[in-house]
Amino acid sequence: MTDPSTDATVPTAAPRLGRQCLVNAGLLALTLLAPLVAHLLGEAYYVNLATRIVLIAMAGVGLNLALGHGGMISFGHAAYFGVGGYVAGISAFHAFDGSLLLGLPGSDDMLVIWAVALAACGLLALAIGAVSLRTSGVYFIMITLAFAQMVYYFATSWPSYGGQDGLPIYLRNGLPLIDSQQPLSFFLVCFALLLAAMAITARLMGSRFGAALTMARLNETRLATAGISPYPIRLTAFVISAMITGLAGALYADLNGFVSPAMLSWHFSGELMVIVILGGVGRLFGPLAGAIVYVLMETLLGGLTEYWLFFLGLVLLGVVLFARQGVIGWLAGGTPHG
Amino acid sequence: MAEAVLAVEGLHKRFGALQATHDVSLTLRAGEIHALIGPNGAGKSTLIAQIAGSLRPDAGRILLAGHDITTLGVSARARLGLGRSFQVSSLAEPLSALGNVMIGAQARAGHSFRFWKPVARDARLLGPAREALERVHLGHRADTPVAALSHGERRQVEVACALVLEPRALLLDEPMAGLGPEGSARLTELLETLKHEVPILLIEHDMDAVFRLADRLSVLVDGRVIAHGDGEAIRRDPRVQAAYLGD
Repeated sequence: MTDPSTDATVPTAAPRLGRQCLVNAGLLALTLLAPLVAHLLGEAYYVNLATRIVLIAMAGVGLNLALGHGGMISFGHAAYFGVGGYVAGISAFHAFDGSLLLGLPGSDDMLVIWAVALAACGLLALAIGAVSLRTSGVYFIMITLAFAQMVYYFATSWPSYGGQDGLPIYLRNGLPLIDSQQPLSFFLVCFALLLAAMAITARLMGSRFGAALTMARLNETRLATAGISPYPIRLTAFVISAMITGLAGALYADLNGFVSPAMLSWHFSGELMVIVILGGVGRLFGPLAGAIVYVLMETLLGGLTEYWLFFLGLVLLGVVLFARQGVIGWLAGGTPHG
Repeated sequence: MAEAVLAVEGLHKRFGALQATHDVSLTLRAGEIHALIGPNGAGKSTLIAQIAGSLRPDAGRILLAGHDITTLGVSARARLGLGRSFQVSSLAEPLSALGNVMIGAQARAGHSFRFWKPVARDARLLGPAREALERVHLGHRADTPVAALSHGERRQVEVACALVLEPRALLLDEPMAGLGPEGSARLTELLETLKHEVPILLIEHDMDAVFRLADRLSVLVDGRVIAHGDGEAIRRDPRVQAAYLGD
């Protein structure tokens, strides 16, 4: 996994930083201002579209930590996205009808749901990662896919939570002091969490842990020879990555008022990979750029033709052939972890 | 005689019908350079892999400063003070020379599960890493990406990576390989001063360097140590001449 220009522990390149900051700030401003304008125009649909972009971007930020920064090509991140979603759905389900799950009541408080989603996805990733990270390369891709498929089939065959039909969330879960029903408020909550996830990633990658993870990706032998065992470093990154994606999933279920096995399907794992690659592997703002391009193409082109994926394929081809660092690399230049 | 810093006792390794390491014992004492030489295919790489921890021996023991490290992995051995360089440079090319050396400083400074403090300004890592680069005369190239360094400079970075661990013993696998005469001479000089701090087990093809540097030599042929002694004794040993130096 040597990508010869993605990073330097000690940054040396300054000249492009200005342009990069500009592009990043532009992306954030666009993401924030578009729904504000839509809100003022009374277009709730577009506010929700922006929320969708933000949540998919957040799921991508999670995957990017494993895939981009850690070199762990997980083809099973839908598992965490979906489990996060099911935590929101199942919790709301029990809160709604007052029944107990394993002796615990449900909750329609998002703070509780987020905490449970983070814990559930963290534990699931710990188990899956502990096994999967004993392999590498193509085997790692396949084993993460296999685990995600197990979770998928488990969900489809569990009738009490809707099975294949999925589980509706009749009333969006609530937050203290904030009206989560209101599209713009909910967008702002999601946007703030995306920023937090990105800030945590940036901080993490600049730390000792990040330096070790980077070395695990670039040269495992060098890391071990330096006295640091790669496996625990990777596993930790994998768990954090899954938790971020899982939190995005919990919010995504609340956005749609619905959670179904589709959130767990390998299609979504693939979509997420496409978004990360499209935006720029290992780039901090890559998932946001990727999600914007992906969701906008899906919405705009998807309205014109059902073959919009064909055009997405062309764009992806262009990125892989001509802009290895994705949309971000193309816009902001090839400087480290932007 | 001082206690051996690194001791290999009765090591055996077999790959199918091939006995790659056959009852090899050797020691590395404080203050010395012990050179391991042998023709191609003698089993030097296999032996090094076992000492470094990437290959498990079938039988025998490896002791580092009295600790039995036979069953430990590569990173655990590094933490106990075994520094090594590779025959083919093993560095992270996109990172700067400093970035590569800092990873070693990081292991030295404690565990790597520190998630918040930025390393780019961490004096506990930068200080030792810069110092190690200075010692291999590469201070001026600290911020250059390894990809842009010459072959010889990469070898120096490798040695710096090993030095920053403050190792008890150094395992250098053909450090002169591919160096020009000038680079070779500089590295020879460095190793000569270095050995007083850290004993060095040196695998090297450059015979001039070996005979100049080594306090003791072991000659490996077909997985066995066939001769052992100082430079003069090795030069005169008829078995060594037959197996190695003669051709």
